[in-house]
Amino acid sequence: MKTPVINAKGVCLTFETNDGPVQALKDVDLGIERGEFVSFIGPSGCGKTTFLRCIAGLEVPTGGTLTVNGLTPDEARKARSYGYVFQAAGLYPWRTIAGNIKLPLEIMGYSKADQEKRVEKVLGLVELDSFGKKFPWQLSGGMQQRASIARALAFDADILLMDEPFGALDEIVRDHLNEQLLALWARTQKTIGFVTHSIPEAVYLSTKIVVMSPRPGRIAEVIESTLPRERPLDIRESPEFIALAHRVREGLREGHDA
Amino acid sequence: MSLLKLLVVLAVWGGLWALNARLAARGHHIRAIRLAVPVIFGLTLVLLWEMVVRLFGVSSVILPAPSAIAQRFAAETPTLWIDFVQTMLKGALSGYVLGCGAAFVTAVLIDRSPFLQAGLLPVGNFVAALPIVGIAPILVMWFGFDWHSKAAVVVVMVFFPVLVNTVAGLQATTAMQRDLMHTYAASYWQGLVKLRLPAAMPFVFNGLKIATTLALIGAIVAEFFGSPTRGMGFRISTEVGRLGLDMVWAEITVAAIAGSVFYGAVSLIEKGVTFWHPSQRG
Amino acid sequence: MTKVVPVLTVIVALVLIWYAAAVGMNAQWARDQAARAETTLGFGELVVDTWSQDRPVLPAPHQVAQGLYDSVLAIKPTSKRSLVYHGWITLSATLAGFGIGTLAGIALAVGIVHSRAMDMSVMPWAIASQTIPILAIAPMIIVVLNSIGISGLLPKAIISAYLSFFPVVVGMVKGLRAPDAMQLDQMRTWSATNSQTFWRLRLPSSMPYLFASLKVAIAAALVGTIVAELPAGATRGLGARLLSGSYYGQTVQIWSALFAAAALAAALVVIVGLIERGVLKRMGMAQ
Repeated sequence: MKTPVINAKGVCLTFETNDGPVQALKDVDLGIERGEFVSFIGPSGCGKTTFLRCIAGLEVPTGGTLTVNGLTPDEARKARSYGYVFQAAGLYPWRTIAGNIKLPLEIMGYSKADQEKRVEKVLGLVELDSFGKKFPWQLSGGMQQRASIARALAFDADILLMDEPFGALDEIVRDHLNEQLLALWARTQKTIGFVTHSIPEAVYLSTKIVVMSPRPGRIAEVIESTLPRERPLDIRESPEFIALAHRVREGLREGHDA
Repeated sequence: MSLLKLLVVLAVWGGLWALNARLAARGHHIRAIRLAVPVIFGLTLVLLWEMVVRLFGVSSVILPAPSAIAQRFAAETPTLWIDFVQTMLKGALSGYVLGCGAAFVTAVLIDRSPFLQAGLLPVGNFVAALPIVGIAPILVMWFGFDWHSKAAVVVVMVFFPVLVNTVAGLQATTAMQRDLMHTYAASYWQGLVKLRLPAAMPFVFNGLKIATTLALIGAIVAEFFGSPTRGMGFRISTEVGRLGLDMVWAEITVAAIAGSVFYGAVSLIEKGVTFWHPSQRG
Repeated sequence: MTKVVPVLTVIVALVLIWYAAAVGMNAQWARDQAARAETTLGFGELVVDTWSQDRPVLPAPHQVAQGLYDSVLAIKPTSKRSLVYHGWITLSATLAGFGIGTLAGIALAVGIVHSRAMDMSVMPWAIASQTIPILAIAPMIIVVLNSIGISGLLPKAIISAYLSFFPVVVGMVKGLRAPDAMQLDQMRTWSATNSQTFWRLRLPSSMPYLFASLKVAIAAALVGTIVAELPAGATRGLGARLLSGSYYGQTVQIWSALFAAAALAAALVVIVGLIERGVLKRMGMAQ
């Protein structure tokens, strides 16, 4: 069996704080295969964001091994292996939407013509075709977040890491963006790591749901989704969906009681 | 008799104030009225000033009437222009450009060293609060009476506010923005040029705006310690000595106009550069 | 604590640069003297000489320290050559002006916040006045007031009051408007009167803004007083010491007066800062 795209073995991370050491991650074992959509769900302090940041090389584990595309996370970062979407869109207000999407392309040294082509392509992917010349503050929150996803898609990275990207948006916008994200995933075949605290969101999007629990942050349960890859919004009323959501909720409760 | 005069003055004041109060109450959302109210207020003050000087026969060595100042202004335009060139263009502006430029470059240079920042920032903040005009006599001794010494005073005066603001601005990015650059594996210079310099601009311009007033003050006050026979500070101190107060007021008018235009010009550039900042979007 | 080492390093570096600059700038005179005496100076002698001249172009730090010691500690505070005496003259005018300017500034700010007509009439001028080098009128005010028989502390205090007035107005207006719409609506739901809203909401909210502008204002007031002491005839105060030093080429005197003024400014800003900390702490607003 070939090694997974993201491979974690016994990953630990301890922060030194003023109140003594805090164990943010303890013995995390996880393999993510190419093309999977993996959600991390759990209460705050369970280490889901920390683990995503470890994959991105933004935090360095204090124990265990973690590889991304067979490289260390830092090497993978330098090889620009992934796009990262933060909780807030974090677009630069002094750049237009197109200018923001060009930012990583400029840094990575893509040619001018290539930049233009890619901007146009990803703007289409997130359905913002006619908004390239607008400034971020002229757009709604949901559109800004779509632009930040486009920014993460613009360069050739086959991994997409998303840290509660829709957490700050209202329910209706969120549903719409979830649907779009699934379509995008189907079209681009990317491997996606997705942090959320919403059970329906995790169940609706994922092929694999990683339930985490706090103090110390660890994996409580890994649930393989039984849903088909093709998922209309109303799948959320199906018995299969409700059963999965129930399992996730049970997993969260057990992790909490433990 | 003088009671009657006083009543006239008060009546004019009351009448114009009532007009302003009504305008303000009725049309505070109308752009033209928002502009008109302060203008009427300013004109009222000038009118009252003129009336008081005339009605009470105030001596021109104490307070010249606005009309007298305007006459003097018109008659002495060539002299005022020479003084303006000497003090504003040669002294203040050259010192401003040099001082702000040096402060900006210094801020970028020490940006990579947290040690230097930790050391220079408190010292810079401390120096920015000091009465730096006091070094004017020393710099006049070193650089001579002409505009070079005035420019030197201005350089020292504007340096620290711009330095402190630029350093603060370069630290003004959020952790998320820096993480984003990190995920792109951006180099230090890419991070500086693409993220931290643009983000610093509102702070830099804050410093640049404070510095405009300081530059004019430095250039004028330094002339009190010695200057060639031209310049606004020189003219003010000699005309005060001769009790030519209308000329002093004319110079002050020039200083006020120059100060506002200078500040306005920097604000205009700021608007262009930091159009994206919430304070500019209005 | 972590800041002490870098700050000390920077200060030591500045002193070293100062010593080096003193050698460079005073070397010409030392060489001329030596040439006149038809001797040549070795490097060591040159350095010693440049650090101990009577009227150096740039006095060395220890000469300024000596000058400060002589005019602050080694002399009766009532003497005309004592910097304590001159400093007190400057300080008293500064404090008087600062007090007047602050009270007037707060009063105008209260008026502006409560009267739309005043707001629209006065506020643009208050803001515009901050871009104008007001200091330029200092000599005129001194001379005019002198000519109508007012001299001494009051003219200087008027100038420093004028300079501290505008920052306080602008800062205080901002502060009194700091409460947001929700807080003001909350007061309205309790049908609070205007004065209740003022004393219980607006005034407390304005304190951080007021103190921020007081720090600017007191520094401005000191500069105002010093510049007001410059016009011919003034013999008392730090400004007069600066001017007489520059007339007679007494560089050590200039530098001593300059450091005294700097120390005074620093002390005043620090005192305002301490009061700010105390007040905000009692109000539970300290960070």
